[in-house]
Amino acid sequence: MDVAFSFAGETLVPLASGALFWPAQATLLVADLHLEKASHFARKGWLLPPHATAETLAALIDAVEASGATRLICLGDSFHDQSGPDRLLPEARSALQLMTRNLDWWWITGNHDEDAAAALGGRVMTETRLGPLVLRHEADAGDRTPELSGHFHPKLVIRQRGRHIARRCFARSATKLILPAFGAFTGGLDVADPALRAALPGPAEALVLDGGRLLRFPVV
Amino acid sequence: MLEVAGRGRHALLTAPTGAGKTLAGFLPTLADLVTTPHAGLHTLYISPLKALAVDVQRNLLTPIAEMGLDITVETRTGDTPSDRKARQKARPPQILLTTPESLAILLSAPESLTMMAGVRRVIIDEIHAFGTTKRGDQLSLCLARLQKLAPAMQRVGLSATIADPESWAGWLAPDADAAAVEIVRAEAGVDPEIDILAIDDRIPWGGHNGRYAARAVMQQIARSRLAIVFVNTRAVAELVFRDLWAENDEALPIGIHHGSLAPEARRKVEAAMAAGRLRAIVATASLDLGLDWGDVDLVIQMGAPKGASRLLQRTGRANHRMDEASRCLIVPGNRFEYLEALAARDAVAAGELDPDAFRPGGLDVLAQHVVGLVAAAPIHPDELYAEVRSAAPYAGVTRDAFDRVLDYAATGGYALKAYERYQRIVAGRDGLLRLRSAALARQWRMNSGTIVEAVAMNVVFGTGKPGRYGRKLGQVEEYFAGQLRVGDSFMFAGQTLEVTGFDGADIHVRMGRGSPKVPVYAGGRMPMTTRLAARVRGLMNAPARWAAMPDDVREWLELQARISRLPGLDDVLVETFARDGRWYMAVYGFAGHPAHQTLGMLVTQRMERAGLMPLGFVASDYAMVCWSLEPVDDPRPLFDPTVLEDELADWLAASPFLRRAFREVAIIGGLIERVQPGVQKSGKAMSVSADLIYDVLRKHQPDHLLLTAAWTDARGKLTDVARLADLLEQAHGRLTHVRTAHVTPLAVPSMLTIGRERVGAEADSALLAEAEALIAEALRFD
Repeated sequence: MDVAFSFAGETLVPLASGALFWPAQATLLVADLHLEKASHFARKGWLLPPHATAETLAALIDAVEASGATRLICLGDSFHDQSGPDRLLPEARSALQLMTRNLDWWWITGNHDEDAAAALGGRVMTETRLGPLVLRHEADAGDRTPELSGHFHPKLVIRQRGRHIARRCFARSATKLILPAFGAFTGGLDVADPALRAALPGPAEALVLDGGRLLRFPVV
Repeated sequence: MLEVAGRGRHALLTAPTGAGKTLAGFLPTLADLVTTPHAGLHTLYISPLKALAVDVQRNLLTPIAEMGLDITVETRTGDTPSDRKARQKARPPQILLTTPESLAILLSAPESLTMMAGVRRVIIDEIHAFGTTKRGDQLSLCLARLQKLAPAMQRVGLSATIADPESWAGWLAPDADAAAVEIVRAEAGVDPEIDILAIDDRIPWGGHNGRYAARAVMQQIARSRLAIVFVNTRAVAELVFRDLWAENDEALPIGIHHGSLAPEARRKVEAAMAAGRLRAIVATASLDLGLDWGDVDLVIQMGAPKGASRLLQRTGRANHRMDEASRCLIVPGNRFEYLEALAARDAVAAGELDPDAFRPGGLDVLAQHVVGLVAAAPIHPDELYAEVRSAAPYAGVTRDAFDRVLDYAATGGYALKAYERYQRIVAGRDGLLRLRSAALARQWRMNSGTIVEAVAMNVVFGTGKPGRYGRKLGQVEEYFAGQLRVGDSFMFAGQTLEVTGFDGADIHVRMGRGSPKVPVYAGGRMPMTTRLAARVRGLMNAPARWAAMPDDVREWLELQARISRLPGLDDVLVETFARDGRWYMAVYGFAGHPAHQTLGMLVTQRMERAGLMPLGFVASDYAMVCWSLEPVDDPRPLFDPTVLEDELADWLAASPFLRRAFREVAIIGGLIERVQPGVQKSGKAMSVSADLIYDVLRKHQPDHLLLTAAWTDARGKLTDVARLADLLEQAHGRLTHVRTAHVTPLAVPSMLTIGRERVGAEADSALLAEAEALIAEALRFD
């Protein structure tokens, strides 16, 4: 696990899928699944592939199995909208219910989904503390407690030798760590975007997992 | 024309530019309206350009007024105010001038059924500009619908001189029945005068846009009334304009015209041309079509013309009179281009034009069209299928393929039947298809059309303060815009602009100075046509012609014959030589840039497997040159055509070509929303990018309709697979391998482009790591 890094005294392991494993707590964290985003569009006449939810859940199951986590925490916007859970296809619904039964499952509420996921099992909370870290959906620039959050969908955008490369990334400062969006149909926001910089005061870094290495890029 | 019209037959009129064919197309309409009163719409005129429709209206209204006729003529385009559009539906003019996009929208309205019922004639102007494109697919489907609403309607196609009128007649005819169309050929005018510029018998080794000749070009402009300087890409237009300006000692008024400039800016330049206020205009294909914008007496083609038809059409922009010769001057970029220019001139003189490659219509266009038809009125699928098949590009669509398109349009076409309750098209008890809601019809109208632009940002004068901006200059692609920072300068609309700030989808600029960047635009040069390539080979094999060539070119060919040999008429010459510790292989395929690009990928991949350690390759219209650490002793196995399909499939799937093609079909096919011009792409969570959809679909449903459509597009358009396959067959059968002691004369133009190529798509990981290492190094304190 040479990609592990230290944050607020804790050792954290980023996974290529965009999930974060916290070995000391046997906890896997993911942000912004945006489940049922495709069917949200379908209602408006844009018939996007319905496979995205299955794709996201399969990646989630892989991450749980690879890490051996016993607790799973979703950092908000797990569904694209409030009525998302009602639109789950039967297979996806059972897969989710099975996971919420077998794992210690925490839903942190986001701005898109609020407490919609409660019906699927697991605990629902607006924010919480775990060890020395506070967990919430959207970073609170005024809070100095070390914090894990999602919401911004950070991605690294670089230009090297005429090519434009964009990758999902973790964005961190000394006391804040923002997870990339985990959902299959989630886009990203440049880590250098003013909105994201405002949420991440002080010197910041983008962390990208590539080919088994953890690459670090200062954010200017 | 009157004769053919009298017999009620469909007609295709081919005539050189300037022969007055548009007016000829309208004569039977005017004659008919004078003798027989006709309430309602009589003739529809369809043009590829909005501006052309407006121009034709002006040209029609004058004679109508002079003859005191009571005939109403109106235009209907994207610029027509909505109250007038509504009025046109209730009380249509007798002659309506429109574009394929506006016609398609009109045909989706329920009112179209009565409005079109009495139409007698439809005139399609500049038909050659439509035929083999997706716009042509859409237009053909619209014609099928019109014919159904007005069975007696006569179709009239107007075209510039084309290679193969019979094929075009088939395209124009209902049910692709060419026999139903009468071909009318106008008499040819005076032959054009085409010259090739060679300053003091010099033609450069490398380059491809003729910029070295700016001074001579400026002198030609000074000797002419009004010159059009045609270039092959928008980026080159900016560069050439700047070069000319630097040589413009007399400060002659010259302008610039290309597809990324704001419409207002283009209109202004066109008006200045028409009024005789300009002496020259630097233009891309944006000026290829239609309008008669003034007294042009010279056309200058910078770089090789790439096709005989194209050269003839561009030359025709000079001198819209039948009794005087049009004059054109070609400025070849390098010695190959000199041969190509000469070949094009020979072809024009011999009347040998390039045939158009007709292909089956796009399924994405069909998917869009059926939704529009269902919006107009409920229709049975069998009836819809019959209608669609009467459009030539869709004559071969099987019922199975059609049903797949219908299923896609209705539910997205997914194996998972997840969207039954969100179906867009529903079948009633009567078996008729209907749109689920009126809102879907509105959505369709907002998103219809077959032209998909790259995501762009607006260039506007401004100080960087949000919401406060001045005149709009045009658009640059988002990709290029993303590289700009405040204080950077770039060339646009013939000026150097400095970035003052960003506001949503706008880049604010002011006039600047310094060394500017040049915007990059997707979709670059056209490849040289197959017929022209054959003629270039012919010239190389006809030493008798060499004497009349400039010294530079003649000596180049003679030297090549001595050091190596010249490519034959139908072989593939392969040269290998060593230089600076690397081994080079030059392959002269004359198959066009895209085919050589793909060949380079394929051959270097095979060299990799053979342990030859290839390092890179460059491609041009004429040749592909690659280099490696180990020599190629026997090139033959590298050109084995047998596993081409598999290798190509692997490569294409991973390449950005297929992703780009997918974005286009996803927008045309109505899967994702068109980004409306000037509207900022909505926030991160609001839209789903075509790239993410592509990844999910490829994994979960690789046979999805849109993936099939994207695959077809990418194969046809982007890699020129047919030409590559021909080239490989040819290389396999007739490969001539020559080993030389050093670089050969023919290889030099390609070798000069080495180092300017981009790295491959697979290199992202390496580049990421490299970027991190560079940054780490820069930040090191020790």
